Order: sequence, then structure tokens, then C-alpha cells
Amino acid sequence: MPTFVRTDKCDGCKGQDKTACMYICPHDLMKLDKDGSETGHEMRAFNQEPDQCWECYSCVKICPQQAIEARHYADIVPLGGSVQPLRGTDSIMWTIKFRNGTMKRFKFPIRTTPEGSIDPYAGKPAADMAKIEEPGFFCQENGYRAGDRSELINL
Amino acid sequence: MAGEFGNPEVVEEEVDILLIGGGMACCGAAFEIMRWAEGTDLKIKLVDKAAMDRSGAVAQGLSAINTYIGPEQDPADYARMVSNDLMGITRDDLAYDVGRHVDESVHLFEEWGLPIWKTDENGERHNGAEGLTPLKDGGKPVRSGKWQIMINGESYKWIVAEAAKKALGIDNIQERIFIVKLVNDKNDKNRIAGAVGFSVREHKVFVYKFKACLLAAGGCVNLFRPRSVGEGQGRAWYPVWNAGSTYSMAAEAGAELTLMENRFVPTRFKDGYGPVGAWFLLFKAKATNAFGEVYMDRNKEMLDDYPPYGQAAVPASCLRNHLMLKEMKEGRGPIYMDTVTALANLRETLSPREVKHLEAEAWEDFLDMCVGQCGIWVGENIEPEKKNSELMPTEPYLLGSHSGCCGIWVSGPTDVGAPTDEEYSDVPEHLPKGWNWGYRGMTTVKGLFTAGDGVGASGHKFSSGSHAEGRMAAKAMVKYCLDNKDVTPELDTSVDDLVAEIYKPVRNFLEHKDYTTAIDVNPNYITPRMLQFRLQKIMDEYVAGVATYYVTNAKMLEVAGEKLDMLKEDAEKMRAKDLHELLRAWENYHRILTAEAHMKHIEFREESRYPGFYYRADYNIVDEENWKCFVNSIYDKETKKWTCFKRKHVDLVDKSKLFK
Repeated sequence: MPTFVRTDKCDGCKGQDKTACMYICPHDLMKLDKDGSETGHEMRAFNQEPDQCWECYSCVKICPQQAIEARHYADIVPLGGSVQPLRGTDSIMWTIKFRNGTMKRFKFPIRTTPEGSIDPYAGKPAADMAKIEEPGFFCQENGYRAGDRSELINL
Repeated sequence: MAGEFGNPEVVEEEVDILLIGGGMACCGAAFEIMRWAEGTDLKIKLVDKAAMDRSGAVAQGLSAINTYIGPEQDPADYARMVSNDLMGITRDDLAYDVGRHVDESVHLFEEWGLPIWKTDENGERHNGAEGLTPLKDGGKPVRSGKWQIMINGESYKWIVAEAAKKALGIDNIQERIFIVKLVNDKNDKNRIAGAVGFSVREHKVFVYKFKACLLAAGGCVNLFRPRSVGEGQGRAWYPVWNAGSTYSMAAEAGAELTLMENRFVPTRFKDGYGPVGAWFLLFKAKATNAFGEVYMDRNKEMLDDYPPYGQAAVPASCLRNHLMLKEMKEGRGPIYMDTVTALANLRETLSPREVKHLEAEAWEDFLDMCVGQCGIWVGENIEPEKKNSELMPTEPYLLGSHSGCCGIWVSGPTDVGAPTDEEYSDVPEHLPKGWNWGYRGMTTVKGLFTAGDGVGASGHKFSSGSHAEGRMAAKAMVKYCLDNKDVTPELDTSVDDLVAEIYKPVRNFLEHKDYTTAIDVNPNYITPRMLQFRLQKIMDEYVAGVATYYVTNAKMLEVAGEKLDMLKEDAEKMRAKDLHELLRAWENYHRILTAEAHMKHIEFREESRYPGFYYRADYNIVDEENWKCFVNSIYDKETKKWTCFKRKHVDLVDKSKLFK
């Protein structure tokens, strides 16, 4: 399902040089049509290579205007369904509409800490350079499995 | 001077360590390396062709972490499982090393905010945001299999990237830079000295010099013709942006590759390629033929054709495909996942509240990591409790971190009994003999490290193992740089030549574009898109793609070789009409070299080691006597020729325990 951008909602991220969807697309698919020469819709983004779209929904989730949706791959999927998320800071809500009209809604957690709050080295020790050639990492998170050495038959 | 199309600005920069890629492996490296580098003055930088928040194989999210050992299992158990699933030929030293380290990374993910499902004292499942005891403090995960744990993983990559970015510092990260070529050292051709790439946003070429780099740019997708050839070709199972850059750049730099004949052909929900793991392992669903017969039971005796790999409690992944393909070939398709029976069985023992939770879990499994499969379900009105879904084996993928093990031959740990010598005599003289040569994760080229999909002969790392492996490489790179303080990298090619080579597709376009009236049809150049179609057609029809039910033979491979030679020549004529197409041009160049390595390795290995993934019709057996060994190769960038050779396989843990 390539993603598509709705002309009535996209604002080109308010004239900035780079839109949110351009920033995030892992496959460099989203493009801003500044003067309308490529799509007929100036200052709107578009998916420039729909048959390379992985449907990862990164652009759909990040769009500040909720202007991006997906129309499922036309060479595979019957028309009429939709799967649309609304991603917040701690959860994501999905609205799912079947071709036959059946609707489902789900909400799932996405993270347990505030976005941007990670302090990677807080409370972690400095690295012990004397141990740089030994197994293990600079910090110990109670997850190192030393293993039963007798399992190693070639020692 | 600001660059322009066809005349880019050249930016030269020297660092000590360059991290190439922004996926799980490089995020792990970023977190680990800055601590070890404290006080050393080492300059470290990361370049990613996309945005780290959503780059790599975990970009979309995941519904499970597939490698979590837990306190109750031993790294040796893990190494055994990895070995059997990959038909007995893996590096126990590397798998064992991942096994003992990997949970450290999983515990960090949870600390950073990744919700991990928990089981309470009554055995009931809870999502990861309900505040149950963390894994680190003894919390019990929800095991969907012996090694897998369930997560609410929509933002998995976002979270891991946040930690990596904070650790590195934003000034040390450049996004939208696609590194396309490594450069060897002028004074030592077996040492790495730099890398070149370009911005896909600005007219700039970047030339980096460094002592060491971590090349972790994923596996290879879309080298075979996909089953969908319209819009749906973007819906590859593995990320469509994985273009074989890791393997091809390493090969051109002279690094030894291993098991490039290995491939992964996942059986997944048809067309959307949604995950099946939770359906098999958590919901206990069975896969059947069109008549409701369970093919793993019906064709059980076929597993005995491949001792011992078919006889483990969980037979090797390729053999499960092998049993399914029999049904398809003999006309008993389609193949179905019997979701209706599975959910009905579960409902019998559950309360209405639990049934509602179960339905949400089933949908979350797709929504967290493969929204496209939901798209197919809604379009076809499939509700899993009412209608079964088709399964299908995909086109082949090359990767080293999931259930495949192609990749680069790297130095392993020194304390687990790995060989220090090599018994086979046809290994080229300049290559190391044993399985370790000083720095964990270093390839056979000095200073060139890899992790994740890059490390060969060590599959089943998945997201968590790739992160842990990046961390191991980070430590080793710091040590390498401190040991090589006096080495000053010097590029073996002039900057002008490098820039000319990288921008050649742009020049091809600008020189010839006015020759015809149709921009895409021109005898002087080929579009990256058409070149990719040609590659996919060759691989599909001659190198055991879906067109031949994964069958090939020596003659077909010979024909493929001739066609690939000409394709490689024509790759010089790729055009790029803009920076986006320059990105595609180089991705496809990387795909061609990766495909060629795959073909050469299959040709060299005169047996069918992975039945269900591919078959050599002319050697359709698993030949334990002659071929229970690694097939490795090196590439000569001057002659453009591959040399394949054998390395001896050695068990470091006792595999017979799998069959007791």
C-alpha cells in the first residue's frame, strides 16, 4: 500500500525546506513539490516512488497534519479498507476499516518513559580499560550469561 | 563553494572511527563506544543513509525480540539451536558470544522505555506498560518460543536510536549520507583507510579518512524478482532499502566473505509477508494444505532424509519449507495458516475479557511490525477467527542476522575454544588461519569491522543480538585504534578519481540526456530501475528463484554468470537524473555484486545444503562427507573475479544434545 498525501491536509510543513515525511522516510520516497511542477499541487509532499514503498507507515505516523494515509497495493488488495494510526507520545491508536464496513479500534503502549528523556549513561559506571579485551560490556545490567564452561568441548 | 548537480562540493574529513549505518548494530556500537573512548581523544562519527529514528530493519517496529536467553538457558543451548537451524554449519564461537551478551542489551531497552510483555504469578499475560517487575529484576517475559519474548514494539527503533544519538552527540551524526565505497590504504592494501559517499539532500560528496570503521548497513533485498511486480514489489519481507551494501563494499575492499550461498526464504502470510512466529508459537496454530492436512505431519518422513538436522525437536527452517513445497508442487495448495481452529481452541479456556485481549494481541502482532498485512486482511475482509489466511514462501533474501547466515568472515572471541589453525590448504595465503585474529568483529581487512547482518556464519541474532554485536565491535575498535595510534590512513585512490566514480551516473545522464526525446529510453544509458529488473530476472530464472521453485544446476548458473558479467558492465552506464536516482543507482550496483557472490557460492558448493531454500538439481543431497564446511570467498576489485575456497567446520559445543 503506497502511502499518499491528501491535498486538503498537507501544508508542506509550513514552507520549511524539509518536511517531516521527507525527514523520516527510510527509503527516501517522500518529496516536497515546492512549485507544483511535479504534481500540480504546490507546497505539498508526495510519494515519488510508490512501488518502492514498504508500507512502514513512518511518514503516516510522523505527519503533524495527519495528511498521509495508505491505499493498499492496487495489484494485490481489493479497494475499500483502511488502516490508520494516531501515534502519541506513550501509545498508538489504530482505526481499522474493512472493505465490508466492519470497524475495529485498538490502542497499544509504545513506550514507558517520556520521549526524549533517555540519559544513556546516568548511573552507569565509566569503562574499565583494564577489561577492554575481556567479554562483557562497560556496564552490567544483570543480563550477562557466563554459561557453563563444561559445555565448551574444545577447550 | 556550494555544489550543484553534476558538480558536487567535496567535503573531506578525518575521524578515528566511522560507524556506517544507523540500524540496531550501529546504535549498539554508538552507545558502547563513547564510554570506552572517554579520555582517549578518539574522534567518532556515524553516517546513516536514512534517519536513525526509523532506519534499518527495525524501522517499522517489531512485535517480539527473538533473541533473549534468560537466566534459565545457557549460551551453549543457543549456539546449538543456531547451528541446527542453519544445517550444521555456523561459527559456534560467534553464536555463543552473542548468546552470553545479548540479554544485556535487552535489559537496557527496557530501562530506556521499551514495553516488554510480562507473565504474572497466575500465568496471565500483561502488556509492557503495566509496571510489572522488569526483566533485570527477575520479571517474567511472555515467551512466544524458547528464545522469543513479546513486546509492544512500535517504537522499538525510535527508543534505541534516542539512546544512541544521545550517547554520540548530535554533532557526531550525519543523516542522509549514503556511503557507497570503501577505500584501502595506499601503503597496505589489506588495511582500510577511508570511505566515500554522497548526500541525497545536497550536492555534496563526502570523503572520510579513518583508522577503523563499522560497516553495518544491513542485508540484501530485491536481488530476486519479487512475487509482486506492480506496486506490491515494495512489500518485501525484509526492508526494501537493504541493498547488499554491507557485503559488496566489504568484498571490494578485499574482505573474506562466508556462506554467501546461504539465503532465507521465509514462509509468511501471503502478499503482505506478515509475521507467523506468534501464530505458530503463541497461538499454537497449524499450517495446512488446501484440504486441512498438516503438512509437517503428512510429510514427516521427509525429515528423515536429512539427518540429523531434520530430527531435532524443531527441524531446520529450510526443511519446514521443503515439506510445504511438496504440497505446493503436487497440487495440494494453497497453504493455509489455520487461524480459525487455533483461536477457537484458545477461546475454550479463556474468559471473555481474555478473548478480547487475545484478539488485540493478534492484530498488534501485525500492527507493530507489518501494517501491510493488516491492509490485506481488511481489503479481503479477513478476520482471523472467521477465515484462514494463505501462507507463501517468499523470494530469497540474503542476510546474516535473522534465520540466515551469509556475511563476512570475522574474528571471534578467544576464550571459547575456537580453532587457531586451518586444515584446508586452498585458503589464500594472506588470510588468517584460525577463527580469531585479535579484534572481535574485525574482518580479514585491518580496521574494517562489521556486525548484525554483516557477520556471517552466525544467524539468529535478530534485533537484540545485532545491537549486542555492535557493542562488542565498538570495544574492539577502540582497542584497535589505541594499538594503531601511529598509523596514518592514506587513501589508495585520489579524491578526484573517487568523486568522478561516484558521480558517474549523473555524468552519464547529463552527457546523453538530449540524444532522445524520451528520458528513460536512450542507448547510452540504463535507468537503475531497469537494471534492477534485469538483475531480478536473471536471479529468478537461473539462480533458484520462485520461477523454478528454487531449483538450479551448474548449467543454469553458468548462463547466469554470463548474463551477470554483462549486467556488471552495463552498470557502468547507469544514469541518475537526480540525487534520488543516484541513491538507487548505487544501491543496485551493490545488489549486483551481492547477487554475484551468491551465485558463485552456490556454484562452488556441489550439494544442496538448504533444501527448501534452494536445490542444486545436479547435486540434490546434503553431502556431509565433502561439504560440511564453510564456503568462503574473496573478490579482486582489479580483475573483478571471485575466488571461492573451503574452510573446515569445527563444533565448539556438543550438538548431539539436540537429539537426546
